Amino acid sequence: MQKALNKRKYVISMIFIIAGVIFVLRLFWLQIVDRSYYFSANNNVLRHITQYPARGLIYDRGGELLVYNEATYDLMVIPRQARNFDTLELCGLIGIDYETFRERMKKIREYSLYRPSVFEKQISKEAYGFLEEKLYKFPGFYVQPRTLRKYVRPIAAHTMGYVGEVSPRICEVNPYYKPGDYIGISGIEKSYEEALRGIKGSRIIMVDVFNRDQGSFQDGKYDTIAVMGKNLYASLDMKLQEYGELLMTNKRGSVVAIEPESGEILALVTSPGYDPNLLVGRVRSYNYNILAKDSLKPLFNRALQAQYPPGSTFKLVHALIGLEEGVLNLQTRYGCAMGYSSGPIHVGCHAHAGPLDLIQSIAQSCNAYYCNVFRTILDNRSLPNQAAGYAKWREMTCSLGFGSAFDSDIPNLVSGFIPKNEYFDNIYGKNRWRFLTIVSLSIGQGEILTTPLQLANLAATIANRGYYCTPHIIRAVGKQDDRQEKFQQKHSIPISRRHFETVVEGMYQVVEAGTAHYYKMDSIPICGKTGTAQNPHGKDHSIFIAFAPKDNPKIAISVIVENAGFGATWAAPIAFLMIEKYLMKEIKRKDVETRMIEGNLLSN
Amino acid sequence: MVREERNIFKNIDWITVGIYLLLVLFGWMNIYAAVFNEQHDSIFDLSQRYGKQMIWILVSILLALIILMTEPKVFNAFAFFIYGLSILSLFLVLFIGKEVSGSKSWIDLGGFDLQPSEFAKIAVNLAIARHLSSLNIRMEDLRTRITTFFLIGLPVILILLQDDTGSALVFTAFIIVLYREGLSGNVLIIGGLVIILFILALMVDKWIIIAFLALIALIWFSQIRKNRRDIVSLLGLFLLVAGFVYSVDFAFHHVLDVHHKERINVLIGKEVDLKGAGYNVNQSKIAIGSGRIIGKGFLQGTQTKYNFVPEQSTDFIFCTIGEEWGFIGSVLTIALFIILFIRILNIAERQRSAFSRIYGYGVASVFFFHFLVNIGMTIGLAPVIGIPLPFISYGGSSLFAFTIMLFIFIRMDANRLQLL
Repeated sequence: MQKALNKRKYVISMIFIIAGVIFVLRLFWLQIVDRSYYFSANNNVLRHITQYPARGLIYDRGGELLVYNEATYDLMVIPRQARNFDTLELCGLIGIDYETFRERMKKIREYSLYRPSVFEKQISKEAYGFLEEKLYKFPGFYVQPRTLRKYVRPIAAHTMGYVGEVSPRICEVNPYYKPGDYIGISGIEKSYEEALRGIKGSRIIMVDVFNRDQGSFQDGKYDTIAVMGKNLYASLDMKLQEYGELLMTNKRGSVVAIEPESGEILALVTSPGYDPNLLVGRVRSYNYNILAKDSLKPLFNRALQAQYPPGSTFKLVHALIGLEEGVLNLQTRYGCAMGYSSGPIHVGCHAHAGPLDLIQSIAQSCNAYYCNVFRTILDNRSLPNQAAGYAKWREMTCSLGFGSAFDSDIPNLVSGFIPKNEYFDNIYGKNRWRFLTIVSLSIGQGEILTTPLQLANLAATIANRGYYCTPHIIRAVGKQDDRQEKFQQKHSIPISRRHFETVVEGMYQVVEAGTAHYYKMDSIPICGKTGTAQNPHGKDHSIFIAFAPKDNPKIAISVIVENAGFGATWAAPIAFLMIEKYLMKEIKRKDVETRMIEGNLLSN
Repeated sequence: MVREERNIFKNIDWITVGIYLLLVLFGWMNIYAAVFNEQHDSIFDLSQRYGKQMIWILVSILLALIILMTEPKVFNAFAFFIYGLSILSLFLVLFIGKEVSGSKSWIDLGGFDLQPSEFAKIAVNLAIARHLSSLNIRMEDLRTRITTFFLIGLPVILILLQDDTGSALVFTAFIIVLYREGLSGNVLIIGGLVIILFILALMVDKWIIIAFLALIALIWFSQIRKNRRDIVSLLGLFLLVAGFVYSVDFAFHHVLDVHHKERINVLIGKEVDLKGAGYNVNQSKIAIGSGRIIGKGFLQGTQTKYNFVPEQSTDFIFCTIGEEWGFIGSVLTIALFIILFIRILNIAERQRSAFSRIYGYGVASVFFFHFLVNIGMTIGLAPVIGIPLPFISYGGSSLFAFTIMLFIFIRMDANRLQLL
């Protein structure tokens, strides 16, 4: 009996050993096979805190601050740790009701229990002050500092563009961005995104069960420091920009001013505009919807994206090409009987003395003269036919920057339209169109479309007597004197300098004794050209391009006032005021200024 | 007599003592790591748990020495007296006891909290050993079984009255002793089957199990001779088992407390409530699992140090071992325990006195139960029952009780040659 019970020792030992083996197998599973516990442990303890760099600042050409950053705070939550707190108190602090709180928490929980999510975005400094003191009462909640764009003056909204939360699509394509990050969405915020955003840093800290900071992980071995975004130095002149926007009050249209020598854009006004501070932070989508629904289309950047027939300003192009091709010279005269007539075709003109020579034709903007010039260009004897004449004309026109978008630093430029031969071939059939078919091109009407930026560039090219630098908005990135290399290149026009001088003289006469004579300013020799673009939607657009001073020009400008009639009535005086403002710093003719500012053309 | 005294240290089992010391010191280190506090970074800082544990260890060693000096006949002679004292203290604690985390099982002795239930294990062990080693006692007798179960049952009831289910459950470990002393092996097998059926009844719908049981009964039925007696007993067995499944289901849903239900649900994986009842076990598994093969290193554990694991110096001390010493450290710890248990069994078997042998089995069984439930709980194989890991967990009472229990046996063993 005793012997048999002895054996039970082995049964009991076996039970002990089996229990031990089961434990070892279980530990093998937990500690070696299943890696999820390892990750869960890191999730428990490690917090990756993104260090958001401050976005680069933007200065104007005088070194004045245009855009800076303002601190805001995102309230973050780690749902698993958020328990046992006074929900209603938190709701009260951030100003939401309990229902909203519950819905948000539900969504956040569905996303992840362990990862931090944004609970409330962009809490203002003031609200943060209250919240910070009480934050200890809310386990699992912490605050992440962020920055928002702030604009010193409510100007140049379209040029600056705006910053918003990155879209899920971009997050997928570009691993730099995480949901909730900010990205430049339009304007220079978009085109200089990479310079402006800087480099995100990351700090890994350890926290205890109450989410209290327990210091950095492995002495910060894996931490990276955030690098601030580069500052941008814009070519914009803040005062000129502001003045342009003031002049364009209650008008639809645009003003583009360029420093001819460098292609630097001094002012880029589109009207109606909006205060860039409207599209910042929490109110952005609300305000954006309002602006998007506005019938005046304040979000539409007319200066860059509107396409107009250039009207008489295009006569300068014809004159230059005619001179270069030798079909026109200073002494060329054409008569004008209130316009140009050929068979059933009649292009009207206004009353002026005649016949006119080239300089006078520019000064008086004679339509008949340019019908003849355009005809002779197409009829150029050195070329086989009118189609070839047109092709050559088109090539030279395009060399002046028309018909394609500049490779500039402003996003979403449009190209305008200078029709190719094929375009007319398609409409009329090959060799079935000729000068008379497209006669309206002579006076900058018809199929031709140009943008205000292209017209300002034309003025700058003539001011430079034969070249232009790509118009651009940012002179330097990072360092103020570090001019951007790619915009230094001069695009030469295949038209000789003396022909430009001829056209410059014509433009000078426009202001001295021609169509823009009325608002002539004695103090500055200005060269300009009026234009009146017909449009099917209403009254003609008033157009004026100019540069000044005549010699060694400092500013080239295009002004378009939609539905305002003759170029001389609105566009020209606004251009003059802009030139005066830029060159003289103050306006002498207060009456003209007042009239322009107070003119309300929106009702037209 | 003088010669005997000198021989005690020569005759004690140094392997057991060595394992004891290893476990106690390793436990101390892990308590230090678990509640490590930079303001009190000395392991000897008496204001911290690790400093206190050092005191308990020193006191334990003193207690061990005193026991080794004691004449072993005393344990046999005073077995029932000690048992009586223990029952008295369990009674007393019901009236003058201090309540700590839901259990009224502590007596405040001015700075030191004594837990009578810890010492009741020794008393019961002594009493059973004394009872079963008496002449003319045979396990086969119904009377013997009843008296033995009574000896065990009385303190269990008193401890249950203190609301300390965990400590009460420890006494089921004595079944192993009874098995060694002649209780039918069927008890263990039936016990095992009952536990399996119990868990199944909770995990699977009761009707599915009953249908499955019916299928087994039918197959069995086709195999047996179709006489009336066999049919009746088969039917009876089926009804009994089905009735058990049904009543487990009923008891679980209508009798058990909510928090017991939750713990069992978490254990069998029916409920994954990581914030409520499952939180402790989940965090414990994360801590151990994150230790990987070689662990994070001494004092480098983040889960325990930053308090993600609750009770990490007492019931969940194994988390610190798992996290900081990894798979290797955990397995070595488990191996050390198993070696200790088997060593105790071997020593028990070499005793000439039945009293010593039975006592030895009692020691191994109680230690094993603690080991099984405590580590099982931290790795999600046993329900969360708050009982300490012998020698490792923080706590004076438990360390003293385990030490006394073990050293009484070592003392008996040292004397084995002198007896008879």
